[in-house]
Amino acid sequence: MEFIEYIKTGFHSTFIVDDRYKLFLEGLGNTVYIAIFATIIGVIIGSISAIVGFYVKTTGRLKPIGWIINIYVIVIRGTPLLIQLLITYFIIFSSSDNAVMIAIIAFGLNSGAYVCEVIRAGILSVDKGQGEAGASLGLNLYQIMRFIQLPQAIKNILPALGNEFINIVKETSVAGYIAIVDLTKAGDIVRSQTFDPYFSLLSVAGIYLIIVSGLSFALKKWEKRLSISDRS
Amino acid sequence: MIEVKGLNKYFGKNHILKDITESIDKDEKVVIVGPSGSGKSTFLRCLNLLEKPTSGDIKFFGESIIEKKININIVRQKLGMVFQQFNLFNNMTVMDNITLAPIQLKLKTKEQAEKKGIELLKRIGLDMHKDKYPSTLSGGQKQRIAIIRSLAMNPDMILFDEPTSALDPEMVLEVLELMKEVSNQGIGMVVVTHEMDFARDVATRILFMDDGRIVEQNSPKEFFKNPQNERLKTFLNKVI
Repeated sequence: MEFIEYIKTGFHSTFIVDDRYKLFLEGLGNTVYIAIFATIIGVIIGSISAIVGFYVKTTGRLKPIGWIINIYVIVIRGTPLLIQLLITYFIIFSSSDNAVMIAIIAFGLNSGAYVCEVIRAGILSVDKGQGEAGASLGLNLYQIMRFIQLPQAIKNILPALGNEFINIVKETSVAGYIAIVDLTKAGDIVRSQTFDPYFSLLSVAGIYLIIVSGLSFALKKWEKRLSISDRS
Repeated sequence: MIEVKGLNKYFGKNHILKDITESIDKDEKVVIVGPSGSGKSTFLRCLNLLEKPTSGDIKFFGESIIEKKININIVRQKLGMVFQQFNLFNNMTVMDNITLAPIQLKLKTKEQAEKKGIELLKRIGLDMHKDKYPSTLSGGQKQRIAIIRSLAMNPDMILFDEPTSALDPEMVLEVLELMKEVSNQGIGMVVVTHEMDFARDVATRILFMDDGRIVEQNSPKEFFKNPQNERLKTFLNKVI
């Protein structure tokens, strides 16, 4: 009985008093908002850099651009996300105070490097003979990519991109460092107001878990459908 | 039609093709035989630049295809290739496999390409499979479709890279039959194969490669009856 009583008062003080649920909603909104747009930016940057990188590798042209892409991937993957976020906020965009937009750019740039690798691996997973057969018919690189390699690579790439989105949802939890109220920050603010770390922080963890599990579940179902159409 | 001059190919430090000079006429049926690792496939793949020669020159109708300003894709339209692993496009139906290049390269409209596709498929008795995906077909069917896919480009010559080596034994014949038929159409052929009967029946000339060189060549009759080179003699003893 005491436990149920604790849950009741904990819930009340964490969510109801001072309309604190609104803070959680605002945080959740920011988290989802940042994750969605960062993923979009990441996919755009990642696709372009992977395809350009592939072009450089197969033709040997535009080599300097190939180097830039490689350096970008190495730097992003070799440094912590939080430090990238702080650099973007305090150095690159120090004159702007639109923190959410800066977070989207920082997370998007970060995600781009991982997406680049995902797409690169997806293209490489397509049997080399497929591209050679296209070339032997006189198709150019663009046509081979567009009609033969990418459609086959996409089945490996799409599930991995779903995973990338799930990762970003979790990774945005450091956004509070640049004064954004995301879900994590919201929980932390409430913790400092209620002096009850258990209810506030465990609630936040629970909300993340529900979102991530839901997304993972949807992704698995979708993957299954992709692999069924593969066998036809 | 194809003139090869002083062709060398290295993979890293391995010297795969050693100073090959050879020419092949438009209506020849050249069969290349030799032990594995002798460079047959690499030589064939150099002819349409799927492998880039390390040095030497290759001319197609008198024009060097090594030079940068030449658009190799134009050459490849007229120089088909059939692969050991068939390499049908897995993401497309049989019909799309056949019509993709003619349509995309604007050689035919969609209607023309499909009409030609049906015609070719009927010839090999597979027209009922036109909407199927490659994964549902047998190896023999795939390879025959791969052959008509290159025929759909109206090539002057087709390169065959061990076209029957990946097939189950009972499917080898149907592919060889189709190749014989193609050979009667005035399309040039360069065939890397281990099928000695095919070489005997179809070839106008047989080349024997060993250790990166063409060490002997002759008409099929002389090739099998009067081999000169010692290595060719041992080779023939082993395969026949």
